[in-house]
Amino acid sequence: MIPDTIYCVITASARMIVVLMALLFATTTWAIEPGEQLSDQRQEIRARALSAELRCLVCQNQSIDDSNAPLAKDLRVLVREQISAGKTDREVISYVVARYGEFVLLRPRLSWSTALLWLAPLLLLGATGYGLYARARAPTAKPQEPPLTNVEEKRLKRLMDEKN
Amino acid sequence: MTTELGHFALILAALVAAVQMLVPLYGAHVRDARLMAMAAPASLTQLTLVTLAFVALLNAFMTSDFSVALVANHSHSAKPMLYKISGTWGNHEGSMLLWVLILAIFGAAVALFGSNLPDSLRARVLAVQGSIALAFLLFILTTSNPFERLSPAALDGAGLNPILQDPALAFHPPFLYMGYVGFSMAFSFAIAALLEGRIDAAWARWVRPWTLAAWVFLTIGIAMGSWWAYYELGWGGWWFWDPVENASFMPWLAGTALLHSAVVMEKREALKIWTILLAILTFSLSLLGTFLVRSGVLTSVHAFAVDPQRGTVILVIMALFVGGALTLYAMRVRDLKQGGIFAPLSREGALVLNNVLLTTACATVLIGTLYPLFLESITGEKISVGPPYFNATFIPLMVPLLLALPLGPMMAWKRGDLQGAIQRLSMAIAATLFVALVAVALMQRGPWLAYPAFALGLWVVFGAVAEWAHRVKLFEAGRDEVLRRARNLPRAAYGGMLGHLGIGVMTLGIVATSAWQSEQVVVMKPGDKLSIAGYELTFEGASPQRGPNYQETVARLAVASRGRPVTTLEPAKRLYDAPKQPTTEAGILNAWGGDLYTVLGDPQADGAGITVRVYFNPLVRFIWLGCLIMAFGGLLSLSDRRLRVGAPRKVMAKPQAAE
Repeated sequence: MIPDTIYCVITASARMIVVLMALLFATTTWAIEPGEQLSDQRQEIRARALSAELRCLVCQNQSIDDSNAPLAKDLRVLVREQISAGKTDREVISYVVARYGEFVLLRPRLSWSTALLWLAPLLLLGATGYGLYARARAPTAKPQEPPLTNVEEKRLKRLMDEKN
Repeated sequence: MTTELGHFALILAALVAAVQMLVPLYGAHVRDARLMAMAAPASLTQLTLVTLAFVALLNAFMTSDFSVALVANHSHSAKPMLYKISGTWGNHEGSMLLWVLILAIFGAAVALFGSNLPDSLRARVLAVQGSIALAFLLFILTTSNPFERLSPAALDGAGLNPILQDPALAFHPPFLYMGYVGFSMAFSFAIAALLEGRIDAAWARWVRPWTLAAWVFLTIGIAMGSWWAYYELGWGGWWFWDPVENASFMPWLAGTALLHSAVVMEKREALKIWTILLAILTFSLSLLGTFLVRSGVLTSVHAFAVDPQRGTVILVIMALFVGGALTLYAMRVRDLKQGGIFAPLSREGALVLNNVLLTTACATVLIGTLYPLFLESITGEKISVGPPYFNATFIPLMVPLLLALPLGPMMAWKRGDLQGAIQRLSMAIAATLFVALVAVALMQRGPWLAYPAFALGLWVVFGAVAEWAHRVKLFEAGRDEVLRRARNLPRAAYGGMLGHLGIGVMTLGIVATSAWQSEQVVVMKPGDKLSIAGYELTFEGASPQRGPNYQETVARLAVASRGRPVTTLEPAKRLYDAPKQPTTEAGILNAWGGDLYTVLGDPQADGAGITVRVYFNPLVRFIWLGCLIMAFGGLLSLSDRRLRVGAPRKVMAKPQAAE
């Protein structure tokens, strides 16, 4: 079992990273229409953040926040209805996934089939780190260069003369 | 007739490519100078023939010869000449021909300027180039012949996708391809070195300019694409983690790592085995990029050639080259001697860190791009991997890279002194903190994490300045001494510093525009006003207009700042004649502090007003300015005589400069 304190630290730092990501590459909205916006500023901000996480199913690699497609508009309205009804972000996402499947999530949820996807960067860093460590510990032979060939000797001489 | 000549030239080029591949390779094996000498004329002949074919196709597009199927499908007689020309490569067949043309240009460049290379190395490099050319020429001739005729000829063409009718996009593919294909040079040199069984610092010196040139082109190409997306697409920012963007980004990341590891190899004879592998991987990623775009396996705005048969052929080509290269690598890697020992805290150590982070980031992008594909083919499960995933994995890898970046150049080779490096950067640290505090005072909004992120960009910028100050002894020596040092600093050193400066400037732009953007989405009627980021906008109305090959609705937004009129922005919605497709033209006021970006939405159903989206994107131009600075640094470095192959090296009285 992981002690609770450590668990808290892990989730807190994970959350911090997520916030950092969200702010650095936050996608800007272009598709939202004035009539769709919620009057409650807090709820609207939440709706926007959620919209950036959901895929427009009829488009190519666009979130519903970016897309002009009618389906994306329907989904935006759906998300806002759910938020107005007092649902939490997690509940809204579950609701949308239940209707449209995992495919709708631009950030796949951690599961057995996505474990490799999410762990790959860490595994790679760990592997290279270990490789470098092992290499640093291993005794290294002094490098030996093969002697210059005749042709190279001549060329070297020519270059030296050229310089002088 | 010209079209048939082009077709004929292309077939001849494939035959010449076969000769270019086989004869010098065998010649190098049996050490026959006459056979090896075939390589250079073969590659020049190849360039001539491919150029002929390309000009023939260009001619068909410029004269709107609709008896050629490709022209009929992708051009239109009413299109402006620029887009008739760019239409040549704005389609699958033509763009593959451009790919081969650029390959031939690079090959011919080795033939012309590589006279100082050892004969067998040059023969082998050109043979590998010939093999790549042969594979792609056969691909074009068998599955994507651009010269196919159409009978009866069409009356007029189907037109070029209107969002592609843009000056920046006209030249985006050629630059991108020059980058992709340029990395084939590093690949060919790596394979040749493996065949030779010998690799040394001289090898790195020959490879570096080619890699650098390819990297500069790729940087410009990606920046152009991003700039185009920003002002043209109107539905997004400047980077979407679209699979095809990733396809060009992966070779860039690997190529950036390669540039840095080649420095270590050139100066210290270390990281040889790694550099060779990286050279192979970089070009493999270029091939992968070509495969992803051309096969259409990943649905994306770029996939204008969705054809499974072509995809399969490119996949086979890729498997042959990547598999073959890696097998050769595995067989020969033991013969290569590793050299140059260094402590973890040293310039080499810093460059290793750079390589670890860049390649991990590259692998992450690769996995994220291909994962849905693999998962679906194995389990049938459909998932999406979008921007939230890439941001969550890519940015944490970039943060330590940017943090460590200014420290690297301040460390000595072999054994560095971290404390000393930090001391030498004390001015940069002070400047970073000062400007970051000013930013905090000025920007009383947005998420608090924006400030440390902004400071990271400042740190890289001031770090680059501090490196220059340190090298010219700005605060230590007298004025004359400083000027003398600044003049004597090699161009490659300036190139490296500019490259780092560019990354910092770009980071500032990314952070500022992501964190502090303001937006307003409103319905406006003539006379309505709105204010944003100190600007006052007045909607003066919208009216229909007629362009050369489109119909558009143009809105007029008068912009004033502190009561004084600044300009009138005219965002528009266009409907092209052929093909009938709507596009959005943003109205943008460019300024260094930030862009005022306006987009015209749809009219309200009741006819009372029209949706207008107004954004203020602070420092957004820094993103592309940073790219330009990087590319300029690369060019400056290329012009350094020490990098020019075979140029006698000047004797330097002081320590070697590096990236």
